[in-house]
Amino acid sequence: MDRNAPHPAPADADRRDWHALVDDRLPPAEAEALRQELASDPAAQETIARWQHQRAQLRALHQDLERAPVPEALLQAALAAAEGQARRRAGWWRWGGMAASVLAAFGLGWMGHGQWAGHGAAAGIAGARGMTVPTAAPAQRFAQQAAVAHAVYQPEVRHPVEVTAAQQDHLVQWLSKRLDRPLKVPVLSPQGYELVGGRLLPGDAGARAQFMYQNGTGQRITLYLGALPGGASQHASSPAAAPSPAPTAAFQFTHDGPVPAFYWIEQNFGYALSGQLPQAELLSLATSIYQQLQ
Amino acid sequence: MNRAQVIEQLPGLRRYARVLTGDAWAADDLVQDTLERACSKWRLWRTGSDLRAWLFTLMHNLYLNRRRDAPALAAVDIDDVKDQLPDASNPATDGLLDLERCLQRLPAEQRAVLLLVTVEDMSYEDTARILAIPVGTVMSRLSRARSRLAALLDHVPAHRPDAHSAPPSLRRLK
Repeated sequence: MDRNAPHPAPADADRRDWHALVDDRLPPAEAEALRQELASDPAAQETIARWQHQRAQLRALHQDLERAPVPEALLQAALAAAEGQARRRAGWWRWGGMAASVLAAFGLGWMGHGQWAGHGAAAGIAGARGMTVPTAAPAQRFAQQAAVAHAVYQPEVRHPVEVTAAQQDHLVQWLSKRLDRPLKVPVLSPQGYELVGGRLLPGDAGARAQFMYQNGTGQRITLYLGALPGGASQHASSPAAAPSPAPTAAFQFTHDGPVPAFYWIEQNFGYALSGQLPQAELLSLATSIYQQLQ
Repeated sequence: MNRAQVIEQLPGLRRYARVLTGDAWAADDLVQDTLERACSKWRLWRTGSDLRAWLFTLMHNLYLNRRRDAPALAAVDIDDVKDQLPDASNPATDGLLDLERCLQRLPAEQRAVLLLVTVEDMSYEDTARILAIPVGTVMSRLSRARSRLAALLDHVPAHRPDAHSAPPSLRRLK
């Protein structure tokens, strides 16, 4: 390393406090004292300013990935890890992962073009992996129906829901009966969203339900849920589906419809959370819902 | 173990791996290997302890071992891949590319410390725990990483070639 570099490393023993200052690890009084002490040392100040700038630049690197959709292969690996199941590390799986990453990377640009173009990419992923994943057409269609239902009822002033949160017990009982399955209404108050109520909607395979939430600023989000058409028919549509495990939940993000949404399918029962929110916020809400429904 | 807890970690892990490896493919590969490792080591995770820190520990073990085994990076001719790379004529992008390239020229151990402390904003103690090194080593690596990165960035030419030469989308750095 160049010993005449303009930013020499200070002796480590003495400079732990400089780093602590840069990394904001000092109590305010100590930080202030150190700044005072260094007031007459322009070289030290320059080094510290340089490190601070570096830190800010590093923290900005690839920040977009925090909000980018996660490739299908990684989601599956995460689910496998969570279940503690050993997974086959066969070639097709790795390649499937690569294909998914490619599609995720290159799909981002054109999937935002307003049509339900994700369909092709999703089918491609499913095909490449030889697995039935809930990215196939019924799931896409489900997400689209959720987004449309959101767009229709979200602006409603007088009748946003059929049954209000005041009658939550009745609401849950009624929708559980119509959807033929015990439903649970996730609680989102820690995130600032209170239940407005819910309504019954028609779906491809019978009844679906929509729960609406609203926060203090009037921002509304909807959770749409219901069965997808024919569980077994998904396998039929995928010729290479022989070794496929049962479809499990996989978070998918879509912004192709009228409103962004996260959706996931579990045992042929779908959930979609829609709302005009930044993706990260929507993801954290969806994660909380997912967790509560486990 | 709750699936949502693991899924929640994914965006952060991917982003961190991307900065650490400097490569989108290698990053997702590393995350995938980390999850597979988690899968087989699950019994070693104490329920209730910090999941994020544990996953970072696994990731660094994999990454640093791999770097030790195969220290040389595969050479790719820049002319072969330039079409796949972001347009570097934008000065903002240029600065970031310089930063990423210089970051990759730090020794892996120094890079890991610097990134845990800055990008992940981890305490020196947590960083030491994740990397299984003493805090004193964290501090000396941090110090060396910062000085060296600053020196490397100083040697990056501040200005692009003139406009009248053919507009190159990338410069070769030897």
